[in-house]
Amino acid sequence: MELLEIKNLVVQYSVGRDVVQAVNGISLTVKEGATIGLVGETGAGKTTTALSVMGLVPNPPGKVKSGEILLDGEDLLKKSNKEMRKIRGKDIAMIFQDPMTSLNPVMTVGEQIMEVIQLHEKISRQDAQKKACEMLELVGIPGQRYGEYPHQFSGGMKQRVIIAIALACNPRLLIADEPTTALDVTIQAQVLDMMRRLKETYKTAMILITHDLGVVAEVCDQVAIMYAGEIVEKGTLEDIYESPRHPYTIGLFQSIPDLDVESERLNIIPGMMPDPAALPEGCNFCERCQHATEQCKKQPPVVRLSDTHEVQCFLAQDEKGGE
Amino acid sequence: MLHGGNPVQHKLYMEIEEGKQVLRYIAKRILMMLPILFGITVIVFTLMYITPGDPAYAILGENATPEQVMEIHKEYGLDDPYLIRLGRYFAGVLQGDFGTSYKTGRPVFTEIMDRYPNTLKLALLSTLLGVVIGVAAGIIAAVKQYSIFDRVGTIISLFGVSAPSFWVAMVLVLLFSVKLKILPATGTYGPQYWILPVFTLGLQASTSIMRMTRSSMLEVIRQDYIRTSRAKGQSEWKTIMHHAFKNAQVPIVTIIGIRICGFLAGAVLVETVFAIPGLGKYIIDSVNFKDYPVVQGGVLWIGLNCIVINLLVDIVYCFIDPRIKSMYSNKKKAAAVGTGGASNG
Amino acid sequence: MADSRNRKRKKTSQAAEIWKRLQKNRMAMAGLCTLIVILLLSLFGPLLSPYDYAAQNFTDRLMFPCASHLFGTDNFGRDILTRILVGGRYTLFITFVCITSAAIMGSALGLLAAFYPKMDNIIMRLVDILMGIPTMLMCVSIVAALGSNMKNMMIALAVTQSPEFARIMRAQVLTIKDREFMEAASSIGCSNGRIIFRHIIPNALAPIIVQYTLGAVSVILMSASLSFVGMGVQPPTPEWGLMISAGRDYLRDYWHIAIIPGLAIVVTAFALNMLGDGLRDALDPRLKQ
Repeated sequence: MELLEIKNLVVQYSVGRDVVQAVNGISLTVKEGATIGLVGETGAGKTTTALSVMGLVPNPPGKVKSGEILLDGEDLLKKSNKEMRKIRGKDIAMIFQDPMTSLNPVMTVGEQIMEVIQLHEKISRQDAQKKACEMLELVGIPGQRYGEYPHQFSGGMKQRVIIAIALACNPRLLIADEPTTALDVTIQAQVLDMMRRLKETYKTAMILITHDLGVVAEVCDQVAIMYAGEIVEKGTLEDIYESPRHPYTIGLFQSIPDLDVESERLNIIPGMMPDPAALPEGCNFCERCQHATEQCKKQPPVVRLSDTHEVQCFLAQDEKGGE
Repeated sequence: MLHGGNPVQHKLYMEIEEGKQVLRYIAKRILMMLPILFGITVIVFTLMYITPGDPAYAILGENATPEQVMEIHKEYGLDDPYLIRLGRYFAGVLQGDFGTSYKTGRPVFTEIMDRYPNTLKLALLSTLLGVVIGVAAGIIAAVKQYSIFDRVGTIISLFGVSAPSFWVAMVLVLLFSVKLKILPATGTYGPQYWILPVFTLGLQASTSIMRMTRSSMLEVIRQDYIRTSRAKGQSEWKTIMHHAFKNAQVPIVTIIGIRICGFLAGAVLVETVFAIPGLGKYIIDSVNFKDYPVVQGGVLWIGLNCIVINLLVDIVYCFIDPRIKSMYSNKKKAAAVGTGGASNG
Repeated sequence: MADSRNRKRKKTSQAAEIWKRLQKNRMAMAGLCTLIVILLLSLFGPLLSPYDYAAQNFTDRLMFPCASHLFGTDNFGRDILTRILVGGRYTLFITFVCITSAAIMGSALGLLAAFYPKMDNIIMRLVDILMGIPTMLMCVSIVAALGSNMKNMMIALAVTQSPEFARIMRAQVLTIKDREFMEAASSIGCSNGRIIFRHIIPNALAPIIVQYTLGAVSVILMSASLSFVGMGVQPPTPEWGLMISAGRDYLRDYWHIAIIPGLAIVVTAFALNMLGDGLRDALDPRLKQ
């Protein structure tokens, strides 16, 4: 069953006279209960994609130009503000990157969890309070700490509170935007582990946004690689990890330092991501790609390698054609 | 946990702890304001002490005989050294005795109390008006940044902080008393007499409160937790009021405190234009009469008021932002831990 | 050699960047232009005026604005426009002198407090006390003690404006002092004086400049207020606040005598406020990208 379908989404930011192509016609499908990892460098358009699904692209300067975002077949982009409010927090919830700043400093954490429950469920104050306590316990925080303020919690605990807020109404889709980037490495593992456990218990589908391929391997069953506002390759975890085809994906894997192989220097991808306000014609990656040829100056085709594996590159087409 | 696992018990415990924290905090603030009060007294006394001219002539008139002057000097202790007079003044102030008016011979404190209610009434009513208009306009301007309302509001508020209050007062008198003849211009004979003075100061207060509200709200609206609130599906209005405004309040409360203090002292101008017998006008008149005990007492009294207002503002901070409250209690705890460690070592 | 040249280039480019950002702000530029016009008018305007600002002319008393007297005349038949132009000189002179001396005194105190912990307590308590009394009242007390005239009013204004500078300077220095480049400077043997003038002051300048413009506004308003209640500039000097005060008795029938000089105050303060707001935005490091 398809829960969420993103079709040809285009999002632009206009800063002064510049138009920044943040998301450039991406398509993505999330099945119920599945976890998809959205991987890419900073500025690749991952967060903008997530915010579009939430209907929270800051406007101005951002604007969804075209495309469809279907939840259960209904286009979210066509819904009114009021309808979207009923979906946000209930059907789709989001975990933000920085737990330090994502909680309101002048409200107790309990109230902040209770707020989302009261918004979406018709229950009494007492019951909402009780449920908020339960949510705290669920993410491993003693329910007594209901009345404490965010500044009394550590970063990892705050992220747990944010996860409790996101899961409080049992959403069907959870979008986690780099949920562990701001945390210490040891805490990262704990939080990730907890997220995976809760996701399995509640059968929540998840879009996990990250730049960390290790995290993806642990949590996700599908992967989409984003580069400069486009999805350059997507497939199952095996497809991407066993047989990556796009030169950018291959580069990403090679840039992970390998402890077994002694090497003089890290294998980094040369160059930088193109200025999103002035994207090159054709393949966005071609300036950094060692396999680039003349034809890469044209828009590369999306090549279906299997039922699950797609890649947007001439190289794959040539190879497939040659078979 | 030491205090048991029962959430109700725990909550009670927390509330008692918090109450203690707030009390400690208030006590600390009161201790901190004593030296400032002391300093103000010394400065005000000294300024009046160095004033040229013999106060005896202020009491007796210009054609007093030398004998009379001598007598007055003895009676008021005017020939005593500076420190003795300062000490005497202090002792008096501590007992609520601000000295005697040279002009009327009545206690300065009584004279002040005759006028103080007028000034306080004017200051509080104007501030109230200013808060109502300023906060509302500031929030709208911030939420609708760059809209027509924001642009026009910004220019009007800039105008408000650029216009002297006595001039605004005169413009209002010209419009509403002279031209339209709907409101009285001077005096304090009934509620309608307060409308123009309160509007003069209130509009002025609203402009600075609006500017502060706007910039504070703009700062807060950009924060991540506002996005969190929207992501919960919270309505825009509640996101602004519950999440943004509550976080934007500290600077707004600060400017309100500053405004009330400013009005207690600065109302002198408006009091002059509208002929309101208030404290500020009384102080200025007393300067002209060289009635220095009154000037001393009046300045000290308003200074005391301002200190109390600042204290109240600090206490309000505590209730707005839990971080400020715990900042004070934690510092103490940290210090205690530090000394404990030192003595053990 | 190369190093100092580099630094100079960097400094000028920083100033140039701030100037560029300020130029983009239309309100700030309007304020700056208005101020320049006001300055030129009060410097040269009185020379061009056919009237003497002090000459009384009883046949032309209480004239409303007309062709020969653009802003009318007052109760002594003096041309109000000429008096406003001359008054502008006083206002600009008072403002410049007061706020400049307040900035120098205050910054020096702030520097002392930040560098010598022993002085810190004394200076900051003094600042607290001075700020504990509302400005207007402090000015009145000082003028009462020294006597009501322009010089004493200026002393009072400079004294009451300086604590804010001391506070800002101290806070700035304390934050800058902790930064690494300060350690670097002292580790290569820079003297205290050199550190203060080459490193700290340039870095602390931004908020001081903003406070300078905003403080200038309050000096303008405060000096007019003090003169209005008779505790500042004394008649017959054509100070703006004093002119409003003199026109108060004629408000009912000859409103222009009081209201027009007030407009001069409003326009000047408004222009300074616009410039100050623009400067604050242009100097705000958070807006730098």
